[in-house]
Amino acid sequence: MNSVNVSLKSEITSDVDWGRIRADFPILDLKIDGKPLVYLDNAASSQMPQFVIDRLIRYQTKQHANINRAVHYLSEVATQEYHDARCKLQQFINAREDREVIFTSGTTDSINLVMQGYGRKFIKANDEIILTTLEHHSNIVPWQMLANEKGAKIRVVPINDKGELEVDEYEKLFNERTKFVGLIHVSNALGTINPIKRMIDFAHRYDVPVLIDGAQGAPHMSIDVQALDCDFYAFSAHKLCGPTGVGMLYGKAALLESMQPYKGGGDMIASVTFEETIYNTIPHKFEAGTPPIAAAIGFGAAINYLTAIGLENIAAYESTLLDYATDCLVQIPGVKIIGTAKEKTAVISFTIDGIHPHDIGTILNQDGIAVRTGHHCAQPVMQRFNVPATSRASFAFYNNKTEVDTLVAGIKTVQKVFL
Amino acid sequence: MHTNSLYQEVILDHNRKPRNYGKLDQASHHAVGHNPLCGDRLDITLQLENEQICDIAFQGESCAICKASASMMTAAVKGKSRTNAETLIHEFRELTTGKLDTGHPHHLGRLTVFSGIRDLPTRVKCAILPWHTLHAALNSIASISTEANNESTQAVSNHPFG
Repeated sequence: MNSVNVSLKSEITSDVDWGRIRADFPILDLKIDGKPLVYLDNAASSQMPQFVIDRLIRYQTKQHANINRAVHYLSEVATQEYHDARCKLQQFINAREDREVIFTSGTTDSINLVMQGYGRKFIKANDEIILTTLEHHSNIVPWQMLANEKGAKIRVVPINDKGELEVDEYEKLFNERTKFVGLIHVSNALGTINPIKRMIDFAHRYDVPVLIDGAQGAPHMSIDVQALDCDFYAFSAHKLCGPTGVGMLYGKAALLESMQPYKGGGDMIASVTFEETIYNTIPHKFEAGTPPIAAAIGFGAAINYLTAIGLENIAAYESTLLDYATDCLVQIPGVKIIGTAKEKTAVISFTIDGIHPHDIGTILNQDGIAVRTGHHCAQPVMQRFNVPATSRASFAFYNNKTEVDTLVAGIKTVQKVFL
Repeated sequence: MHTNSLYQEVILDHNRKPRNYGKLDQASHHAVGHNPLCGDRLDITLQLENEQICDIAFQGESCAICKASASMMTAAVKGKSRTNAETLIHEFRELTTGKLDTGHPHHLGRLTVFSGIRDLPTRVKCAILPWHTLHAALNSIASISTEANNESTQAVSNHPFG
């Protein structure tokens, strides 16, 4: 842990040295075809600082064993470190209790857990599930599977031309059959930040639980699940500078206790005979089998790292990057930004007149620029804007204005090729 | 690779002014090709007489690589026999997946401008989509997808006991 450029003990002020923070990320020194890497695909996955890499190495070289099982030294160390990671996540989202944090394989797995554990138990024929046009496929498909199985209905909240949810329409969808709301915190395709607090409060007037897909929310702003009063909140480690293969689900303890487990196996039981199994308490009831221990501990380290910088600082810095990039891109003739919500994270989805996003992506790659091109697993959003796909530049706190300038030059190169 | 070598003038020209663009009024064979990864879609209509492709047209929404590939393909197979077209389909697939030894005799001619795509695996499907779709049309398969095993799933059941 010798190359951490943020102090993990002191309070971080607004005077963050973003240049030094950038140096924490070894992958950003890469050259692509001789050009410096300009990594603008952070909404797909963020990069890992040396601090987290070192933590993974320390775990694998000095602390690894299976958890919750043996009485030997390593097992006790690993069990404790895994538990500590859970507690860090609890603090990170301000959950009431650590048992309200369940480790999953990622956001998709978290949503599927809620669908299987809550949805299959409590949602019945003719019940209605409210989703929004902005949902990622991972918060659509599980609910469609459930609706098909149960004969339930899916109602969809529309968006306006800026890519903002029409909250009035959302409120009109509620009736006595409404039994669940699945709501994306921040649109991965457009960057729109949804007014989730207001929407959660409204759902609770009808006693309807709300699941927040926080995959794009948690990396960019501080989350307080008690203040939000959401029933479930899900996100993945790899979008918060942590490893792939692990994520978390927050659920209110009473709800989690009422739910059925979704996977059976070791660790999730209190006792097993061939006649009967008594399930373990939460969170263990939902963590069957050996979890991704190393990844979970890396997740905890990533939370430490981000907390040391401060999510408010990250949000403020990324907002200046977004403003700068937006100002630059709107000045290029032929470039159209899709998604112009008032409240946005640093995501710019765009099209260039007459040029297919895949051609844009390939030519930008020639200049070392990594953007995402395609439908972003959000085909309903693409259909709403009547485009098959977009190019998406998504920024993180380790990006800078020079990289925005490189993107702008890259876009002009693309236009020159197709002149 | 350098992308410049992929976006060569001949490809950009076919993208700008695609040959045989549209839909034949009279077509003996027809197929639709999809690339669900990018939403691209390609329609191919062709008129086969005495096992010879006497006319062919394509239309659809796609990237420059796919459109240029379709345009050059239609120009290459027009007037050719079904057998010769199938040979070209095979050779083009081998070329774009890096399996063709261009040192040995082949029939691709200017289509070798697509050789650079073998270094961009995510784009190979863009170049191949028109050729898959032509193969489907010639074999009376109504639609194909780059994400399915087109050789086996369309015509017959894939089930081991099916």
